[in-house]
Amino acid sequence: MYKVVIGLEVHCELETNSKNFSPAPNTFTKIPNINVAPVDLGLPGILPVANKEACRRALFTAQALNCENPDEVLFDRKNYYYADLPKGYQITQNTKPMGINGYLDIMVNGKIKRVLIHDLHLEEDTASLEHHPKYSLIDYNRSGIPLMEIVTEPCMESADEAVTFLEDLRDVFLYLGVSEARSNYGQMRCDVNISLMKEDATELGTKVEMKNINAFNNVRAAIEYEIKRQSELLDKGEKIVQETRRIAEDGKTYSMREKVDAVDYKYFVEPNIPPVKLSKEYLDEIRSNLPELKLSRYLKYIDLGLSEEDAATLSKDRKVADYFEKVIEKSDVATAVNFMTTSILSTLNKLEITIDKLFITPVMLSGVVDLVHKGDISLDHGKKILYQAIDEEKDPVELIKKAGLHQINDETELLKLITSIMDENGEIVRQYVEDGNMSAINFFIGQTMKKSNRQANPNMSKELITKELERRKENGK
Amino acid sequence: MYRGKSITELREALDKEEITSEELFNEANKLAHDFQEDYNSFVTIIDDYKIKRRADSTIAGIPYALKDNFSTAGILTTSSSNILKDYVPVYDATVYKKLKKAGGVLVGKTVLDELAMGGTGTTGHTGIVRNPWDKERMIGGSSAGSTSSVALGIVPFSIGSDTGDSIRKPASFGGVVGYKPTYGLISRFGLFAFASSLDHVGVISRNVKDSAIVTDIIKGKDSNDMTSFDSSNINLVDSLDNDIKGKKLFYIKEICDKELYKDSNDEVLNKVLDDFQELIDKCKNLGFEVEEVSIDKSLLEAIYPTYMSISCAEATSNNSNLTGIQFGPRGEGESVEEIMFSARTKGFSELIKRRFVLGSYILQKENQDKLFLNACRVRRLIVEKITELFKEYDGMILPASGGIAPKFNDTSEKLSSRYLLLENHLAIGNFGGFPSITIPFTFVEDMPVGVNITGRIKDDALVLNMANKIESVTGYKDIYSKVGEENV
Repeated sequence: MYKVVIGLEVHCELETNSKNFSPAPNTFTKIPNINVAPVDLGLPGILPVANKEACRRALFTAQALNCENPDEVLFDRKNYYYADLPKGYQITQNTKPMGINGYLDIMVNGKIKRVLIHDLHLEEDTASLEHHPKYSLIDYNRSGIPLMEIVTEPCMESADEAVTFLEDLRDVFLYLGVSEARSNYGQMRCDVNISLMKEDATELGTKVEMKNINAFNNVRAAIEYEIKRQSELLDKGEKIVQETRRIAEDGKTYSMREKVDAVDYKYFVEPNIPPVKLSKEYLDEIRSNLPELKLSRYLKYIDLGLSEEDAATLSKDRKVADYFEKVIEKSDVATAVNFMTTSILSTLNKLEITIDKLFITPVMLSGVVDLVHKGDISLDHGKKILYQAIDEEKDPVELIKKAGLHQINDETELLKLITSIMDENGEIVRQYVEDGNMSAINFFIGQTMKKSNRQANPNMSKELITKELERRKENGK
Repeated sequence: MYRGKSITELREALDKEEITSEELFNEANKLAHDFQEDYNSFVTIIDDYKIKRRADSTIAGIPYALKDNFSTAGILTTSSSNILKDYVPVYDATVYKKLKKAGGVLVGKTVLDELAMGGTGTTGHTGIVRNPWDKERMIGGSSAGSTSSVALGIVPFSIGSDTGDSIRKPASFGGVVGYKPTYGLISRFGLFAFASSLDHVGVISRNVKDSAIVTDIIKGKDSNDMTSFDSSNINLVDSLDNDIKGKKLFYIKEICDKELYKDSNDEVLNKVLDDFQELIDKCKNLGFEVEEVSIDKSLLEAIYPTYMSISCAEATSNNSNLTGIQFGPRGEGESVEEIMFSARTKGFSELIKRRFVLGSYILQKENQDKLFLNACRVRRLIVEKITELFKEYDGMILPASGGIAPKFNDTSEKLSSRYLLLENHLAIGNFGGFPSITIPFTFVEDMPVGVNITGRIKDDALVLNMANKIESVTGYKDIYSKVGEENV
């Protein structure tokens, strides 16, 4: 058995109106080369203009990942030649990343794991290449899109940890609203660094790098395949080659190139973007928008008595969690969870909408939850009314009032009704009193429900009917 | 004939309807063609007058020339390099856009040293540019054609770029005014980058006022250039005639002292320095206070290597877009690397490759601290020293060159102390982004020599004000080479 050491470099495209250093729109499109400005083509004479919102979002994400922000925003050039890099250099951050020394706590198989973040920096995406047997095509739509790169320390030990980290990181992006992070659109992709070492070894083993994996299940497959491949080599006493590998469709990894020497990117400070000092006020203002993150909410929900499954379901999406928390500010937690995990989430699925588009507001749901919790209406009725409210886009509490669906829980009122029914049905009372016919009870319950338009509290009615019949029996003696 | 006339004179003629803009253009166009074979000022001469919109500015209807490293949509822009020999841009540089809007009439795109790297005017892909005062001599560079077209009287002004002295040095050799404003006063958007932290856009004209007029039009904050700044509070023309009494200038002993060069027996140099002292006396008569200051010689000698290190490093990166992939002649090869390699091998001259190799070496991880970052540190030391002097003085005055324009066969020793100091101090203006202007102040052996005045950051109005006053006592205002006129 070997100890597995995994580090990730995660790229995530930021959601912004325009690109990172150019005025071209930052939108996903399948029509090639339409979101392109001269800057994105690296035409002679162009100058970069930094996108303030992209910077803000990167600083914000760095804060969410518990990183330290720098004293100023500064960009560097990373120089290399490639067909997808029109300027011959990428504007990135090497000297002062948007965040350093951070971490993200994740829950893996019931235990909390702290994943250390080396740094988070802001850079620009490259163009995308489409290779054909005799030629390649370049699409510059992607060229210049703001890209956040998050580099972890080599601190993960299994595919489970790596994939959970990626999922949780994506949830952080979604929680913050900085990116849609759709991996099927290449908006989130990662490089995996993996090495194996003997359990008692003190030095890391030889690192193998796997580049540009989009889907998380491919990350899992690649890691699991590499663990197997490297273990077998080590078992045989063979050496691991330091190289870059790619994952193929068969789930296996194949060598792309051996790493002879690390490339010298000749970084230097980008002279066309003057450094911008970051004031404490500005950073505090950004920080003031930080939401409570998923794990913290999950743990809070567990403390409130939710099952692990319900806690996970309700903390997964920030809007759902915010909604839920609004409902339970005043209302009963268990009842609220019941409504949330059944009626609300199934409605969202059915209508294919997000919770903020749902007609039912947390206050409305709270009203229904309260009525059910107090026993004014039954759970079933509550749910029925809720669906009706969604269909008709009406306030469910109003619907309940209008339909008179309130239960009659008033003892005096109920007794008055029951007495009058019994007075009208002397023969049935006699059968109970004299013959001991127990079915009389059910008859009176039925009549009570009927006469009360089904508003009579059934349990209370039964109790009162039984008591009243017994009283008449006593009196009759 | 309106050859050699200033902007002010042309404005008056146009306003009085003595001549039309189209006639002015046609005359400039004819002159451009007439002098092209002998002097080679232009890469492209515009032959169609196509001004549609009337503008209301001082330069409306007035011809000018633009260095061929400014992006002009639909007009060939080569940067005088084979790798861009067929490149037609799709967008306009901010400067060109502003000149167009103001009604300036573009006469042609001028030759430069390839990619603006060089100071001789001999390395452009369309051949050497000759000095209007003597065809056997260089005009200097890199703004070679922009200088010669103004010195020949073809246009009253032209636009150049200045990374080390590329406007102010040829201005000295060409007997014209060359002005490089404060870094950021004029947008660089659309200027083909050489060394971004040193690159400036500037103006060449035949008098200080014309440079002020043009700069007032093309300056301003540009949303496309983050290093540009708002200068709406600066009006250069309005400040030209301010009183300069009591303004303090300094010159540097380690550059101007004749004793330093006594072994060289350089008569031209001696004459330049004598005439410079004569000019200093005239300045004092004007009311300036002028003092000699001493600066550590080793700091001054570091200017040239510092300039080379920083400019080559930035140039290597800035020109990495010239691969023949997006635009320009496509190279041949089996892989992307081979295609780029072939395009760049064919597209650049040896001199350019030398600078790229140097720049690349300087930026390498193992050399970067010693070569690049140290150069940046020295740059800062020099700027700090000059900035400190600017606390006491309003400007620095120095000969723009230690001699007259060199002959084409001249091979001066580049590391001699004369070269290191006298021929390179103009880069101080680029290091600090200081406003800096060269105006003609003397003739030696029938060739012009310029004097340079450099001032505080954003104090362009005062620098031009002082230059305007000094211009009035040199006797060389509005001069141009009258070559060709004797035949008329």
